[in-house]
Formats: sequence, C-alpha cells, structure tokens
Amino acid sequence: MTSFLLRRILQMFITLIGISIISWLIITTAPGGPISLTMDPKISPKIIEQMMKNYDLDKPVYQQYFLWIKKLFTGRLYSFKDGRPVLEKIWERIGNTLLLNLVAMTIIFSLAIPLGVFSARKQYSMMDRLTTFGVFLGLSIPGFWLAYLIILGTVELFGYPVLGMRSFVTEGFGAGEIVMDRIWHLLLPAMIMAIHGLAGLSRYTRSSMLEVIRQDYIRTAKAKGVPEETVYYKHGLRNALLPIVTLFGFLIPGLIGGSIIMESVFAWPGIGRLAYQAVLARDYPVVMTINTITAVLVLLGNFIADLLYGVADPRIRYQ
Amino acid sequence: MKTPLLEVRSLTTQFFTEDGVVRAVEDVNFEIHPGEILSLVGESGCGKSVTGLSLLRLIPIPPGKIMSGELLFEGRDLLGLEEREMERVRGNDISMIFQEPMTSLNPVFTIGNQIMEALQLHQNLDKKEARRRAIEMLDRVKIPSPEVRIDSYPHQLSGGMRQRAMIAMALSCQPKLLIADEPTTALDVTIQAQVLRLLKEIQGEMGMAVMLITHDLGVVSEIADRVAVMYAGRIVESGPIEAIFGEMRHPYTRGLLESIPQLEEKKKRLNAIPGQVPNPMDLPTGCKFHPRCHLMIDDCKKEEPPLYPVNKNHFSRCIRWKECC
Repeated sequence: MTSFLLRRILQMFITLIGISIISWLIITTAPGGPISLTMDPKISPKIIEQMMKNYDLDKPVYQQYFLWIKKLFTGRLYSFKDGRPVLEKIWERIGNTLLLNLVAMTIIFSLAIPLGVFSARKQYSMMDRLTTFGVFLGLSIPGFWLAYLIILGTVELFGYPVLGMRSFVTEGFGAGEIVMDRIWHLLLPAMIMAIHGLAGLSRYTRSSMLEVIRQDYIRTAKAKGVPEETVYYKHGLRNALLPIVTLFGFLIPGLIGGSIIMESVFAWPGIGRLAYQAVLARDYPVVMTINTITAVLVLLGNFIADLLYGVADPRIRYQ
Repeated sequence: MKTPLLEVRSLTTQFFTEDGVVRAVEDVNFEIHPGEILSLVGESGCGKSVTGLSLLRLIPIPPGKIMSGELLFEGRDLLGLEEREMERVRGNDISMIFQEPMTSLNPVFTIGNQIMEALQLHQNLDKKEARRRAIEMLDRVKIPSPEVRIDSYPHQLSGGMRQRAMIAMALSCQPKLLIADEPTTALDVTIQAQVLRLLKEIQGEMGMAVMLITHDLGVVSEIADRVAVMYAGRIVESGPIEAIFGEMRHPYTRGLLESIPQLEEKKKRLNAIPGQVPNPMDLPTGCKFHPRCHLMIDDCKKEEPPLYPVNKNHFSRCIRWKECC
C-alpha cells in the first residue's frame, strides 16, 4: 500500500509538470498578448517596451515559465490586468464557486441515485418512461439556453433580479429577506447546473442497477428471505454504486474549478468567470495559476477515485 | 402414511416472452416427506430449476407467472401467502442453494455478514449471537478456522469453500426443507463428492428434507431416496431410487441411464438419446417425448398419457410402460 501511494504521488508530480509546460506553451503561443489587447495606438513604443519588461515578456518563453513558477511559490505573482496578487484574486472567489457547486452536487446526488434505483426497479413502468423522457430532455437542452430562458422568464414574470449573488438594492430588507434573497440567487443557477448531472447520473445509476439486479446474489438474498426493499438498497445498490463511487473523486476539480458558462450567464463571481475574463485579457499569471490549480485537483480527484474504489470494492486492493 | 412436508399439486409456471409463451412447468405433482431426499432429474431446460424457484416464489414476475397449482407446506398453501409472510418462509422454513457459488454470493459483503443476515432476520438474534452461530455453521460445513474465515470476502475463498459457505448460509436457520439447485455442478469432481457427502451428513443430523435438482445421475444415485424425472416441464417418471435405477418404466429414463458412460465398456461413442429437447414454445402433441422415442406408436401422438401407477409409489407417463425396459 505505501509503495502504491508513493508511486502514485510521484506519477502525479511528473504529470503535473508536463501539464504546466504544455499549458504554458499553448497560452503563450495563442494569438494576441496582454499588451496588444490593451494597447492604445497613441501609446509610445517606449512605454510598451517598459510594460513588456515589467511583465517579463521581453524574455524567452522558457525563462518566463521558470519565472512564473518562482513567483508563484514566493507569492510575488501579480495579475497583468490590475496588478493584484493572483492568489488573492483566486482565493476571494473560491468560496463562491465552492458554495454554488456544493449546492448543485447535493441536488444531483440526493435526487439522481433514488431516481435511478426507482427506475430500475420499475423498469418500463409509466414512471420509468416519464423519468427517461425527462432525463433525455435534460441531457439534450443546452444549459446556457435554458439558463437564459429562465432568467428572462423570472425577470419578466416576477420582476425579480436573478443575476449575481444578491440583489443590487437590499436597502430596507429585513434579515429574513436578505437570507431569502441570497438563497434565491444561489438556488436558481445551482438547479440549472444540476440538470445535466442529474440526468446523466440517474441514467448511470439506472443501468448499473439493472445489471446488478439480474445477478445471482440478488436471487440468493431473496431466497434468504431478505425483504425486497433491503434486497435493492443493501445488496443491489451497494454493488451498483461501485462505479458511481469513483465519480466523487472526479467531482473535486469541478467543485473548485467552477463552471465558465454558468458563472458567466448568471454573473456569478466565481473561479470559472475569473478564468474566462483572464483568458480574454491574456492575463497569463491568472490563467496559468487557475490552470495549475485545476490540474492539481484533477490529479487529486483521480487519486481519490482510485482509493475510493478500493474502499468500496473488497476485490480491489492495491499492492 | 405420514403427512408430507411439502405437497405440490398441479404446479404450472409459464414465461410470457416476446416470442411466445414458454411452458416451463406443466401440471407438476409431487410430495416431499420430512427427512427425505427427493431428486428432480432432467436435461437442461426441462423445468427442474423453474420448479425449484416456483416453490419459493422466486420466479421473476414478469415475464414469469405461476399459472395455477397449490404448494402445501405443512398444510399451508404458499401461493396464497402475502409477500411479507413468504419472506418469513424463505431462508427460514425453506432454503435454497444455487449452482454457481462464484456468483451466488454477494461480492461486497463478507461471508459472515451474509450468513448473519439470515440469522438476524429470522431468529431475532443480536449481532454477537448471530456471529457466534455463523462461526458454528461454518465449522459445521467443515470450513477450517471458521473464526478467521468468517471475515473473508467470497473472492478470497475457493469454489468448494464458497459452496460450503453457501450451504452454511442456507442451513443457518435450520430449515425444514432445503432446495439444492445443481449444488455441485460448478465444482471439481473431487470437491463435488466432498460437498455431496457433507450435504448428506448434515441432512441426516438435522433431519431436514432436501429437494436436489440435478442433471447428474451419479449425484442422484449417491444420495437420493426418491427420484422424479422431468421432461419438457412434466414429471415423466417418479419412484424410489431402486425402482428408477433398477426397473425404470419410461423410455426417457432409460435413455438417460444408458447415456452414462461405463468404465468397463470400451466404446467409441457414448449412447445418446436421438433428437433434441423440444422447443418449450412449440411442444409436440401427445406424449412430449414421442419424437425421440424408439417405442413410439401412433397413440403416443394423440393424447398426453397420464402417470400410470407401476406400483404403489412408482409412476410412469408412458402408455407402453409395461413393455418398456
């Protein structure tokens, strides 16, 4: 087990270096640069030269890469755009993204698994057909389109704002109203973000469960006199969840990495939107740092998924 | 004559598939007395497993359905019970073990856990007591160092050990009837003999009745008291083991017995019954065995023969049973 852990951690480290080099290359070779985008034609070449120097852009690409790493670890990495420390910019948004995604994930898992089990138990029943229809509808509708539609609808019908984390004008609101306002602003994007995941995961649970309930050990459990509910939820679900458990590991990058589209649509001040704005502005330090954080989380998520699999399935033990 | 433990009366089970109705079990009658081993014999697809599953009402519904019949267990018709009452019968009064010890145990629970589950369900034992009893059962089925093995997962045990664990699980609540569906088919021949001997031994100690479902006449001859031979969903001959092996009165039984290879004879080919098992969706008229039978006469095609009594407890579903064999 220890050797497995050490080997995996070493592998992750090497992969991470590879990822950061490749992202660096992609970002720096992308057309346009931090200067050209903000450039005013009236600015003298001298000032441009000075800016290039400030940003280290006059140095070769490989040197820029090492400088970026050095600055990242010494905490002296500043955004090109506003000169604020990159880590500070990211840190102030992590909470927002985490909150939104945690709520979405909770909706997904608490609904998708019971829904999937139910559909599998009553396969081809009216309810199963209805949920199947709903699931495919949810999978087929583009999230951003639905989001715009709902934003339009709620604003038109109720005249109530939905963008951002809270209403702009909260003067005269009581404490209860402020809380409701926050919940409202949180729940709507979370629900729309949950639709895709909910549809996919419930489908996944259903097919996994359908396969499991045809297994011999389900018949054995029934022959033992185990009540039907227990057969499904203990003997069945525990096996059906084996592939699903690993999904928890893969969710971790999403929890922090955020959703570029939904955060942009709902003007949610999270990591996803920060990354999007940074890409548009060619704000290399911010883009690279978010990239790296996401890469670390993906690798960590994979690692956790591996470990969870071993915990959930006694047949898998790492040497 | 003492009252039977289980009396099966005209059990008919069918499966409604997209291609048509599969008449898996048709008007099957038999009884099992306390402490006896009845063997249900036949080729694959003759309905013997479906009969076993029907007794515990474990037929998947749909597509399956028990069309008619009575399953009188100690005088109570199992088909009339509510599902909740049936759950109390399963694993408690009637247990079942299956063919594949590989897939019949749940891979994510320890065998101890799976044995204890039945004990906790039916005997209201607390965890500690259930564990003690589970270890006792594992010891009884001769699993070495049961106090260690109880925490093993199925994949950590060999096939034979797994089947022993399965038996321990089925017998943990001391059922009055054990349905053993091909319990040794998936095992090595040497292990088969061990498991059979174990079954017979425990059966003797506990005094329970066993319904042994098998296609292996060697297994039957070793442990059964009575035999019922099934063909195309029907019982075609039934009687005490000596009668079936000594004076069989149905050409199908004879065919089965003759197809067992004999060590003394040196033959190039095995004796086989000609033809194929009939398609259960499209059974022949009259006697279901007539297309493959060397004694076939025109009358065989007309009507399904009843079970003729050869003597008090030997029956044959063949109109020419007197000439047969």
